[in-house]
Amino acid sequence: MTSRSRSQLGSQPNALVRLEGVTKHFPVRTGRLLQRSSDVVHAVDDVTMEVVRGETLGLVGETGCGKSTVARCITRLVDLTSGTVLIDGEDISRLSRRRLRPYRRRMQMIFQDPYSSLNPRRRVGSIIGDPFTIHEPKTSTDQRKQRVQHLMELVGLNPEHYNRFPAEFSGGQRQRIGVARALALQPELIVADEPVSALDVSVRAQVINLLADLQDEFHLTYVFITHDLSVVRHVSDRVAVMYLGQIVEVAGRDDLYSRPRHPYTKALQSAIPVPDPDEADRRTRTVLGGDVPSPIDPPRGCRFHPRCPKAQTRCAEEMPVLEPRLGDSFGHRVACHFPLADREELPGAPPPKVTNVASLGGPAVPMRGGDHSAIPWDTP
Amino acid sequence: MLLEVENLVVSFPTPDGVVEAVRGISFAVDSGQTLGIVGESGSGKSVAVQTTVGLTVGARVSGRAFLEGKDLLTMSPAELRAVRGAKIGMIFQDPMSSLHPYYRVGWQIMEMIRTHQDVDKPAARARVVELLGLVGIPRPEERVNDYPHQFSGGMRQRAMIAMALALNPALLVADEPTTALDVTVQAQIMELIKHLQEELGISVILITHDLGIIADMAHEVMIMYAGKVMETAGTRSIYYSPHHPYTSALLNSLPQSGQEGQRLPSIAGQPPSLINPPSGCPFHPRCAFTMPKCRTGSPPLRLVDTSVHRSACWLPADLTGSSAETDMRRHAASAAEGSSAPVAVADSPVTDPGKDEL
Repeated sequence: MTSRSRSQLGSQPNALVRLEGVTKHFPVRTGRLLQRSSDVVHAVDDVTMEVVRGETLGLVGETGCGKSTVARCITRLVDLTSGTVLIDGEDISRLSRRRLRPYRRRMQMIFQDPYSSLNPRRRVGSIIGDPFTIHEPKTSTDQRKQRVQHLMELVGLNPEHYNRFPAEFSGGQRQRIGVARALALQPELIVADEPVSALDVSVRAQVINLLADLQDEFHLTYVFITHDLSVVRHVSDRVAVMYLGQIVEVAGRDDLYSRPRHPYTKALQSAIPVPDPDEADRRTRTVLGGDVPSPIDPPRGCRFHPRCPKAQTRCAEEMPVLEPRLGDSFGHRVACHFPLADREELPGAPPPKVTNVASLGGPAVPMRGGDHSAIPWDTP
Repeated sequence: MLLEVENLVVSFPTPDGVVEAVRGISFAVDSGQTLGIVGESGSGKSVAVQTTVGLTVGARVSGRAFLEGKDLLTMSPAELRAVRGAKIGMIFQDPMSSLHPYYRVGWQIMEMIRTHQDVDKPAARARVVELLGLVGIPRPEERVNDYPHQFSGGMRQRAMIAMALALNPALLVADEPTTALDVTVQAQIMELIKHLQEELGISVILITHDLGIIADMAHEVMIMYAGKVMETAGTRSIYYSPHHPYTSALLNSLPQSGQEGQRLPSIAGQPPSLINPPSGCPFHPRCAFTMPKCRTGSPPLRLVDTSVHRSACWLPADLTGSSAETDMRRHAASAAEGSSAPVAVADSPVTDPGKDEL
C-alpha cells in the first residue's frame, strides 16, 4: 500500500516478523472410545517468511491452505508444533501467556466475519474498549470512553453510537468496529484475516481505503490474508501464495503478477474472473482439474503435483525448495522444480471431464431395464 | 421468450415492518440465453427469482411470471411442483446444505427423477450415473453410492447441477452457485455450466454479486438495487457504456490492474433498509449526480441507447460510459440550480416506449 516499503530482500534487518520453519499440525481424533489421535492435519508445514516493517504482505490461497493458521501462529493464538516466530528478533514462540502479553498489544487481528467476531450482547463502546481494560487497567472510565470515541471517529463511525449494540450496525460498519478494536493499543502489526470477504462490493472499497489510510497515518504493518487475488493485488506490496500448508511462491506484487513462476500461481491468476467481457473472451483460462487434496495425507514430493499440468516424476518424489529460480533476485522465490519462464503459458490442463454430452442432446437415452426404457428426457 | 416476469412485487411482513424486497420489476429470459442478475445483499435478486419459482413462503406477491405461456404465480402448489424440477432446475450457493447428509448422493438424484417420472429404479439409476459423468464426476458408477460428506465442495456442486439437469429442464436457475467455492473450483463449475448450456441449449438465470463471473457468463445483465432494476442491457453495454450511476460506481469500485495501491473509488454510505426504502430513486442518497427530481420521482426504466439497454435514471439517455461523467455532473448541477423544478426529460432522445413489453 505504501511506496516507502518496497522490500526486495529476504533476510532484512528491518523484519518486524520472522517465521522460521513454522509448522502446525492439528491432531484428528479417531477411535471414539479411546480418543486416540492417530492422524494429523498438516495445516502449516515448514513455513519460513518475514514481514518487513511498514509493508503489506498479502497471503493468498484457497480454503485449507493454512493461511489463517499462519495468521494465528504469528499472533500466537495457537501454539506451534515446531519452528519459531520472531517479533523484532525476539522469539515469542515459547513464551508463557504472561510473558507474551507485552507482545500481544503490538499485534492485533481483524477477522473475516463482522457478525460472529463481535459479542452481540455487549455494547460497541465496551467491545472497542476491551483492550484498554485488559492491557491498561488503570485507565479511568471517562478516559476510556474518550479514547474509544476517538477511535470510532478515526474509523468513520459516529462516536455517539457508543452505546449501541452490534446488531444495530451494518456489515461494513461492524468491520469498522473490528478495525477500531484492533487499533486501540496502537499496534505495529495488524493481521487481517479476510477482512473484506464478507462485505458487499460497494462497501468493500470503503474498508480497503480505510485500512490504507490508517496504514499511512500510523505506519502500520499488515499481513493481509485473503482468497481474493484482485483484492490482494490492490493492497499488497509483496504477496506469498500458499498451497496445502506451504508457501509455493513469494514475490513483490508486480513481479508475481507479471512473471508468476509457480504453475499454481499462474492457474490461480487465470481462474480469477475479470470484470471485462472482452478480456474474458480473449484470455485462455487454465482450469485446474480436481480438488485440493486432504491436508491429513498431503501428496508426497511437491504437494501440487497431482493437479499440476507440468508435473513430472521428479515432482512426485522430491519436495522443491523455496528459492530464487531463473535468475530472479532473492525477493522472488518459488518452490518448483520446473518453474515457468517469462510469459510461458501453462500447457492445457485437462478440462473438466464432460462425457456423454452428445447423448443428452440426442432424442432418447438408451436405458436398461423395465418397460420404461424410453424416458422422455427431452422436453418438447 | 421462455420466461417473462411482469411487474413483480414481493414483500414480507415482519415484526419491524413490511420489508419491500422486490418493488415492481420485469424481466425476461430468452431460450438458450444467460441472464445475469447482479446486486448486493438485500437487493432482492434472489427473492425475485425464488418467488418466480414459488420458493418464498409467507411473502405477499403480485405480478405475473409466464413460463412458456403459463403464469407460475397463479399455479396451485401441485402444478408448481410439477414445473419445478421438470422445467426449471435450480442450484444454490451452499452445496453442503443443499444435499441431505443422511442419504446417498445417487439416491437423492434418483428420488428427484422418480418423483417426476414413472421410471423403475435401474433405469433411474443408470440415468443418475450418466448425469454424474456428464457433470464431470470421475468414476460415476462408484461415486453414485457415496454420501455427500464423501464429496468435496466442488463435487457436491457438480452433483447439484446433475440433479438440476436430471429432467432436462428448459431453464436453470443458479443462485450464487460458486460463492462458497474456491477460485480454482469456481472456474471449473463456471466452465461446466457454460459448456452444458452450449451443449443442451438451456436458458440460465445466474444470480451473483460477482461482476467478474457475469462478464464471463452472461449474455444479458440486470443490475438490481434496493428491490428495483437499475439497469438492464447486453453484457458489453453494461461493462463498456453503463448509463446508471450505480452501475458505473459498482464497476469503478472493483480493484483494477494498473491502479494498485491507489484509492478505490468507493460508494459512500450503505445500501438502504427495505423496510422504509428511500423515496424517488433508491440510489439517490449515495449517488454522485443527485438532482432534486431524484428525491421525489422514481425514474422509469427507459431505453438509453440500443433496443435492449434500459436504465432507471433521470440523467439524459445519451450520457453513457465513464467518458460522460463530466457531462453528467454538469447536468446534475444545472438541474440543482433550477431549484425543485423537474428536469425536462425532453433532452433525452428516447423516452419510454416499451416499458410494458419488457
